[in-house]
Amino acid sequence: MPLHCKVTLDNYRESFDCRTGESLLRGMERLGHKGIPVGCRNGGCGVCKVRVTRGEYEVGKMSRDHVSEDEQNQGVVLACRCHPRGDLQLQVLGHLTRIIEKSHSFNKQNANN
Amino acid sequence: MALTGVLRPGFIQLRVLDMKEALVHYRDRIGLDVVSEEADGRVYLKAYDEFDRHSVILREADKAGIDYVGFKVRTEEELDGFDAALRDYGLHTEHVPADEQPGLGRRVSFEIPSGHRLDLYTEIEMSENGPMVQNPDVWHEEPRGMRAIRFDHCLLYGPNVAENIKIFTEILGFSLTEYAEGPDGGKLAVFLSCSNKAHDIAFVEYPEKGKFHHASFLLESWNDVGHAADIMTRYDISVDIGPTRHGITRGRTIYFFDPSGNRNEVFALDYHYYPDNPTRHWDADQTGKSIFYYERQLNDRFLTVVT
Repeated sequence: MPLHCKVTLDNYRESFDCRTGESLLRGMERLGHKGIPVGCRNGGCGVCKVRVTRGEYEVGKMSRDHVSEDEQNQGVVLACRCHPRGDLQLQVLGHLTRIIEKSHSFNKQNANN
Repeated sequence: MALTGVLRPGFIQLRVLDMKEALVHYRDRIGLDVVSEEADGRVYLKAYDEFDRHSVILREADKAGIDYVGFKVRTEEELDGFDAALRDYGLHTEHVPADEQPGLGRRVSFEIPSGHRLDLYTEIEMSENGPMVQNPDVWHEEPRGMRAIRFDHCLLYGPNVAENIKIFTEILGFSLTEYAEGPDGGKLAVFLSCSNKAHDIAFVEYPEKGKFHHASFLLESWNDVGHAADIMTRYDISVDIGPTRHGITRGRTIYFFDPSGNRNEVFALDYHYYPDNPTRHWDADQTGKSIFYYERQLNDRFLTVVT
């Protein structure tokens, strides 16, 4: 296995180097890069959800609230629990939505009902 | 002040993805003691300064988050009274028999409108390893890790927070100590106390039911908050924000994550609340300062990252 892998984010045409053995998210944070939202970093909250479109990797435990078995079989992972084995290409799926907006639209929906 | 009715949050049951990693975190880093590991896989823990048998229960599961939080009620009569009042209000209560958890008496269990399960109980065994009562030293053995004194409170995210407030204040006898207004003028974040503490439970309005924001552990001092921060860096624990201070409650704090992504807090030095104190509130344009007093702005994670 190479010591470093190149991780490319399709959405942003951005790439960063990640050490093999560390998670994608950690590699991104360590080098000060952005693009994948950072949440709990431990597989629980789901905001760093990505789809691997090319490359080999290993995954740790991820909350099934956020990645189903079907999704996992189709390359969907949480970046905090994804360890590359070589160069990877990804699409970012997760997001940090702002609850103030959400709660606003939630209240509006209620008002309409 | 005479405390009656609901006394305090007594225990919280959390789901973890990997028990071994969770135990390193809660036992070795936060400093809780393991009380027992049961045949069903649940592990029971307590902080060094708690009298009751356990206060944190960990259950291994494939999803992170909260199963329920338990509040201790002073008398059996009050427990039955709450059960009847909750039913009269239109909530469905269930009776969990004694010993579903080791050492715990019967529970009245119900779901609140935010989608969280709450349990009320009166009986729990005293810990053999609780604080001393005769010529009491400050501890049996010097506390480990972050030196957590007790499980203190939790913050939960879900819809219908206004209905939760009604149930807590009108039925369970809590006071609304403080709240932050949302942009629509409603209450975005609410803090409720059944005691002398600035909060015993808190809620933030959120579209999805039953979500967990954090479980908080009390520390002794600002210095201990700094010591906890040192531990987090030394052991590479995922930190959300801090050390900092909350405007709401005035507590000195760090938010961090357990190895399954459940947020924890260590905090110290909130204000004392008395039931005749007025409710404090923060305008919608001051939300940042209300949550993170030094940064004066929210981070994206505060409103988004939950399990």
